Amino acid sequence: MSQCTNESKDAWNMIIKPKTGWFDIDLKEIWRYRNLIGMFVKRDFVTFYKQTILGPLWYIIQPLFTTLVFTIIFGKVAKIPTDTIPPFLFYMSGNVMWAYFNDSFKLTSDTFNANAKIFGKVYFPRMTVPIAVVIITLLQFLIQFVLFLGFYFYFYLKGSPLNFSISLIFLPLLLIQMALFSLGAGMIISSLTTKYKDLRFAIGFILQLWMYATPVVYPLTQVPDWLRPYYVLNPMVSVVECFRYMFFGQSAIEMEYIFVSCAITTLILIAGIILFCRVEKTFMDTV
Amino acid sequence: MKTVIKIENLWKEYRLGVIGHKMLTHDLQSWWARIRGNEDPNSKIDFMSQDQHKMSKANGRFYALQGVDLEIQQGEILGIIGKNGAGKSTLLKILSRVTAPSQGLIKVKGRIASLLEVGTGFHPELTGRENVFLNGAILGMQRFEITRKLDEIIEFAGISRHIDTPVKRYSSGMHVRLAFAVAAHLDPEILIIDEVLAVGDADFQKKCLGKMESISGEGRTILFVSHQMNAIEKLCSRGIVLEQGNINFESEQIRDVIGHYLSGGGDDEQLSAEWINDNSIKSSRYFEPQEFFITDEKGARLTLPTKNSDDIYVNIKFRIKEIDPALSFGYELFNSEHKHVFICNQTDGSQSSWPEIKVGDNHVRSKIPRHLLNEGNYYIKMTALLYNRVWLVHPGKDSVKLDISIRGGLSDSPYWVKKRDGELAPIYLWEQA
Repeated sequence: MSQCTNESKDAWNMIIKPKTGWFDIDLKEIWRYRNLIGMFVKRDFVTFYKQTILGPLWYIIQPLFTTLVFTIIFGKVAKIPTDTIPPFLFYMSGNVMWAYFNDSFKLTSDTFNANAKIFGKVYFPRMTVPIAVVIITLLQFLIQFVLFLGFYFYFYLKGSPLNFSISLIFLPLLLIQMALFSLGAGMIISSLTTKYKDLRFAIGFILQLWMYATPVVYPLTQVPDWLRPYYVLNPMVSVVECFRYMFFGQSAIEMEYIFVSCAITTLILIAGIILFCRVEKTFMDTV
Repeated sequence: MKTVIKIENLWKEYRLGVIGHKMLTHDLQSWWARIRGNEDPNSKIDFMSQDQHKMSKANGRFYALQGVDLEIQQGEILGIIGKNGAGKSTLLKILSRVTAPSQGLIKVKGRIASLLEVGTGFHPELTGRENVFLNGAILGMQRFEITRKLDEIIEFAGISRHIDTPVKRYSSGMHVRLAFAVAAHLDPEILIIDEVLAVGDADFQKKCLGKMESISGEGRTILFVSHQMNAIEKLCSRGIVLEQGNINFESEQIRDVIGHYLSGGGDDEQLSAEWINDNSIKSSRYFEPQEFFITDEKGARLTLPTKNSDDIYVNIKFRIKEIDPALSFGYELFNSEHKHVFICNQTDGSQSSWPEIKVGDNHVRSKIPRHLLNEGNYYIKMTALLYNRVWLVHPGKDSVKLDISIRGGLSDSPYWVKKRDGELAPIYLWEQA
């Protein structure tokens, strides 16, 4: 669907044609529909608060209990060192970050399946849906982040050695990277699920393994040196460790890991956009 | 006149059956088999010829649209009719960009809004007002446009009292009204309407029709798909008939278009409008049926379906060897649920009105007046008996049967545009008492 200007007097403002190349992508159109993205975010936000009283509370209970369990299992039973960071804060930081990725990846990867009904009825740029998802999940992240800050200050006042770093000003950039990465990865999976329907059932399993490949329940310092070059290919490694570095001032993260992570995030995002645009036009024929 | 939509050689291919595995596990299985040099356990058994014939369904392809060319002018109300599976919805889906064509091009001037989606964008938990904004955004409206039109939309939908109630508490009628109101106020240059008039009460239907007329009066274009021939006839300025993915007929005389479609047989299985005795009915001295068929007033055979504004004459040709004064024959009319609608015999009126019967061949007929039956399918069975003595042709045992199918022509009233409930659809007039 592209603009056409070579019709001299009567300008057609829309051409509907078969999908052609791999790069038939109209990002300008998504910008024109930014109002819709806002409406989707608002819809999810409003319905979320309308439906249950426990709803918002759930986002506090969930990380709290997971953190408690992690602290007991990995900290007390398995005795995984957390460097000098208080174990509870260590696990909570990993948890809050991972929860964001986990949820937005799971939701975006289900885009085509969950919206098949409305996609079959009316046209709008399909990418507005996953974009809205990563934004609304960001709101949920903020709730958990505030909880984290609460505990952070509690430990700080109790005199725990917490040295937050000046790099904290880059936190928004870190969140954007995390959002874009989960968007890209989610779009790749959602495109594949239109062809491979059984992939949907593997998502939970993939996420579970992925969490253990990310320094959520252990610090990067515990990863053997020979494994690290491969280990940091997972962009979430850098995201979680950067977050810890910002708040605790200590991490084995290095500048080159961050570059690798950003490069892979970009690649995944581009691949996601290309695949998604490839699938969105004809996906209705395969449902 | 400006062309607002130009469709050039449009094809849409669907693949039948499973081509390309749907399961990742199957793909992995095939891949593993290939590596080991085994036969792919998931390969299709190739029993069909490698014939590359384009139209054939045998190679797993089905062409829902086969090279459609069409130009639509500004301000037109184009009626699109066709049987189920003729490609109507595929065409609309491509126009509303739900799916992409396989080949060909559509050029469009202006914004297309489609009513295919009546209320699908609605979220049950949100209020009517919130849903107007959401639905408007889905249809591509900017926020300020919606704000500007909000009051008009609410008023048109007639739900001002419930606008801040969650949509899940709406009746289905309110739902549709709100959805139509949003789409109709989108100010699209081109509006696609698919069978929406089937919902909502008479009052709202009138409003919709009026709105559609005023939209086209403002120089905007409407594509209207319906099985309601009455609504098509009333609204459209031009019509096309789609058949097997092709435009079969096209005319500005909307009556001709409908006529062409109806003579093509409508949606139904084979209907027979005549019966000829092939000696399946045992002959009797007193009454031997020869032919049973329907005609118009001039005696021309009718093809099904007929219109409700046409009289139908039921004709019986029969042979008599010996006259029995107790002979009574006629037909019984049943609806599609096999319920009696009425019985009609040649002896129903006063004796003086009975047709004269002679030895040899006879041909009689009886009228089913226009505007009596409703739209729908009926069948009639011939009966003949010697009164109070013996059946000659029994409606249950012997099957001397005709189909009658009525589509369209219900009324010229602007408030009666689609089939109403009821077995009958007579037009009885009102007057000052």
